Amino acid sequence: MLMSTDYPIHLAVALDGAGWHPAAWRHETLQPAELFSPQFWTELVQEAERGLLDLVTLEDRFAASRQQDGDTVDIVHGTLDPALIAARIGPVTHRIGLVPTAIAPHTEPFHISKSIATLDHVTSGRAGLRVRTSADPREFANIGRRPTPRFHGAEAGSADAEEAFGEVSDYIEVVRRLWDSWEDDAEIRDVDTGRFIDRDRLHYIDFQSPNFSVRGPSITPRPPQGQPVITVRAHDERGYALIGRDADIGLTTPRDAADAARIATAIRKEAVAADRDPGDIRVLADLVVFLDRTSTAAHARKDDLDELAGGEFASDAAVFVGTPDGLTDQLLEWSAAGVDGFRLRPASARYDLERITRDLVPRLQQRGAFRPHYTTTTLREHFGLPRPASRYSAA
Amino acid sequence: MGRPDTFSVLAALAAVTDHLGLVGTINSTFNEPFDVAREFATLDHLSDGRAGWNVVTSWDAFTGENFRRGGYLAQEDRYTRAQSFLSAARELWNSWSAGDLGTDSGTDPFVTDPAAGSYEFADRHFDIRGRFSVPRSPQGNPVVFQAGDSDEGREFAAANADAIFSRHSTYDAGRAFYTDVKRRLAQHGRSPEDLLILPGATFVVGDTDHEAQEQAHAIRRQQVSGQTAINVLEQLWNRDLSSYDPEGPLPEVDPVPGQNTLAKGRASVRRHEDVVATAREWRERAVAEKLSIRELVIEVTGRQSFVGSPLTIASQLNHFVQNDACDGFILVPHLTPTGLDPFVDRVIPLLQELGVYRTSYEGTTLRENLGLPPLRDGVGSARAHGVAS
Repeated sequence: MLMSTDYPIHLAVALDGAGWHPAAWRHETLQPAELFSPQFWTELVQEAERGLLDLVTLEDRFAASRQQDGDTVDIVHGTLDPALIAARIGPVTHRIGLVPTAIAPHTEPFHISKSIATLDHVTSGRAGLRVRTSADPREFANIGRRPTPRFHGAEAGSADAEEAFGEVSDYIEVVRRLWDSWEDDAEIRDVDTGRFIDRDRLHYIDFQSPNFSVRGPSITPRPPQGQPVITVRAHDERGYALIGRDADIGLTTPRDAADAARIATAIRKEAVAADRDPGDIRVLADLVVFLDRTSTAAHARKDDLDELAGGEFASDAAVFVGTPDGLTDQLLEWSAAGVDGFRLRPASARYDLERITRDLVPRLQQRGAFRPHYTTTTLREHFGLPRPASRYSAA
Repeated sequence: MGRPDTFSVLAALAAVTDHLGLVGTINSTFNEPFDVAREFATLDHLSDGRAGWNVVTSWDAFTGENFRRGGYLAQEDRYTRAQSFLSAARELWNSWSAGDLGTDSGTDPFVTDPAAGSYEFADRHFDIRGRFSVPRSPQGNPVVFQAGDSDEGREFAAANADAIFSRHSTYDAGRAFYTDVKRRLAQHGRSPEDLLILPGATFVVGDTDHEAQEQAHAIRRQQVSGQTAINVLEQLWNRDLSSYDPEGPLPEVDPVPGQNTLAKGRASVRRHEDVVATAREWRERAVAEKLSIRELVIEVTGRQSFVGSPLTIASQLNHFVQNDACDGFILVPHLTPTGLDPFVDRVIPLLQELGVYRTSYEGTTLRENLGLPPLRDGVGSARAHGVAS
């Protein structure tokens, strides 16, 4: 039997509100209230699962609107907590990985670790976690704990940036240790001795750094995957180092195939430098997609959306506007250059997702590049990633 | 020992239930108001209006050793901090009104008011401002539960809560508690029906009363292992008692009063007014009745609240409610997931025959199904009415 890993391309979809274009909600004729209903999210993720995708990511922010969109009354406002969206969808999906985002400076790794562990239990091993930092002053004012760090553009090399990346790294380390803090067989349920757990198989994690001091152990038994899959998005060398050291899946933003090759190589080098097997990391390239049956139609739709938004769409990731055939060619080219797959950001959530699942996926399957059905059940298995043993287990 | 994350498990349960309320016990000590308000608003959206929050101040599995925020709150700060936290959360929920989202994606803006979600909250615990990130949820505010029993806890409930998860499950204690708490409501401009008293209640249903009693004792012996008995004793004694034999006599040594010395949050000396006196009482009883540590713990802790045939239990429950010992119950089955079945199968139909229990859900939200009055005028539209602080 062919395994998922026998196909060269992994596919993820990034969900964020009505889509990645700020005017998408108008194009989709979405009523604003629909974005906050469980049906909206369930239908999207079930559609992604019909397309046999590896995972969906769910964006997060602690502000009323997307930072790059501003806050005029015409753009989408409001976000539900993505970890809870994932948990709500877990019982009504069966194979697809669910990867909510956590924002390191605003949340507690102890809470997130048990939340994602619970998601992994609820989904029998389909949980992941994306960790990111924040430079949005609105978010820091909503938490009220400390000032906003500055690390974009001219300040990319600042001490604040160093500290923010360090915090993400520490956050991931704490979360992983907490997942390990219960050994797999800690729950013994021994009626004779009246012991439900074996306390010797629970461990303090004793993590200390300027960012966190966490003693552990977790309150939630070890998740089915051991450690759910951790993803980090990166745009530069510092980010590639973070992925190489701390992530299972790197989300990257190459401009073209050569850039994709360069980034994949950089990440794998960083993994080796961090004493990890580079084969334990998957590198995905992010692409914003506007898909239609003809290239003309795709461009016309983008123009319409841009006009509604009052400006041309801009993104940190490369933007593809065209047909499923054209995208198939591009994905195969970038895949050959060395990335393991793609995280597609639908410009319009429902419309472009359906183009991905109904038009793109069959073409990739015809080219032998994408699974014809699910053959694995956990998110780690979808990516051919090994299940880690608890670091605290006696050898 | 060992449990899922509260919010995540409730969100998952929302997917497989349609009417049940989903109430999370969430600590106000080791969280941020924005984060918790956002999670409850999310849960309320994702469950179509079935979210509830059991506000606790510090007593759960957590200790300050795991969090950035916090340290361990002193006894006297617990309720001022909880009050501040809940007030901040309400400020956030109420920063959005029901009419703030456009209803026609062709012509309306996404938000009809550029200030939707704007808020500011500053006191000695929190200093936050900006715009809340979750539009108004179906219930507006989740149903607020409170579980504290001290004078401060009762005042907090009378001022803030929609329901009390009380621990007074006996008739006399229940009536005294009910009278005391309902009496406090008027001072806060509230009516008796604004706050429900719902004691936690355990039960054993048998074919006959006698069979149920026997079953109840067998269950207690299973629940209280030797190790459990020692753990219970350590909570009172506030010392390491692991060297004691659970089948032997109680420790002669006295408890350590005051701040607990075991892991914070584990020992619970504050639950007992006078730990030395309680220990003496337990010791005397053990001697008089020839009880081992384990047998004593079985006797003094958690006897089931309702034990008997289905008819006995249904009659008792009804008697409690008709005579103002409580407004209802929070059932605590001794086993999951099957422990509730005998109650649902055998007791509920009798309550329905008595005409004191619903035969179908009255409403769609938890607030409606609990028969709570709608949110008071002004609550939930503070910004729109210009009364935001």
